[in-house]
Amino acid sequence: MYAALWRILPGPVWLRLIIALVLIAAAVAALMLWVFPWVLPFVSTQDATVQQ
Amino acid sequence: MVVEHAEPTRGRPRKRERQRRRVSVIGVLGELFITAGVVVLLFLGWQLWINDLFASHAQRDEAEGLSQTWSKGEGVTVAPPDRVDPGEPIVAVAPGNAQTFATLIIPRLGADYARPVAEGVGLEDVLNTHAVGHYPGTQMPGAVGNSAYAAHRTGWGSPFFDIDKLQVGDSIYVETQDGWYRYVFRSLEYVLASGVGVLDQVPQLTGVQPTDRIITLTSCNPVYTADERIVAYGVYDTWWPRAGGAPPEIAGIAAQAGGAG
Repeated sequence: MYAALWRILPGPVWLRLIIALVLIAAAVAALMLWVFPWVLPFVSTQDATVQQ
Repeated sequence: MVVEHAEPTRGRPRKRERQRRRVSVIGVLGELFITAGVVVLLFLGWQLWINDLFASHAQRDEAEGLSQTWSKGEGVTVAPPDRVDPGEPIVAVAPGNAQTFATLIIPRLGADYARPVAEGVGLEDVLNTHAVGHYPGTQMPGAVGNSAYAAHRTGWGSPFFDIDKLQVGDSIYVETQDGWYRYVFRSLEYVLASGVGVLDQVPQLTGVQPTDRIITLTSCNPVYTADERIVAYGVYDTWWPRAGGAPPEIAGIAAQAGGAG
């Protein structure tokens, strides 16, 4: 899968490397900005109150 | 000539063929699993450090903003150690749900530790946004009985991450519009999530008429999980009316809040 992606990228190796890093950074940013905040309330370590 | 030309053209397709290895289902599945693992690790790192850092800074700023509002930007003086007895503390009326009305200042949790306090213990509207929640129906700061608060142990700024590090005699200050209330940390208790007895007017003694002024702080336990609740109790000591100046112990935090206004 990733090998196929690597082959799809245009240009010489250094350009591919830069594009790949930018893509990874974009994916990580999207995760941290939108996906993770959305997931967080569903994680069970979130309750700090006592209640019946 | 012919031989020289033939060599590279024969070499290239072979190389290309080697690169165009067929994509196997198991190979893709494996890569997806590895990706999922990396994403989970990223999430943990984000939750425990990155988001935590941003959230705790935001909460610190919010607490500072509240203090500035209350001091009206006039700067905060420090009360002299030999001040006159301030008498009975002013007890405010509880505000509406999710409205901030106090800051919690605990020097043991950090030299500049101050977190905003809002009414209610809902996750979305209070604990995830304003750090500390005041249990509705429990007493307001300074009142006889139990004044109870909740905050996250991990995530969302982790306001009570180090709550188990409190030592007997440590100060727990609640700052409101009226002044600073000092409670003295007394003990920790561990209960199940259903242990609502800790919110009783006299903790764990349901129906008993209170004579002491107690502060109760609850959070998750063990750290990183939510199986139990850790509960910290403090007893009221004294208070500092706003006009008389801030407690000397937290002069640094108070001056920072007042001076920046």
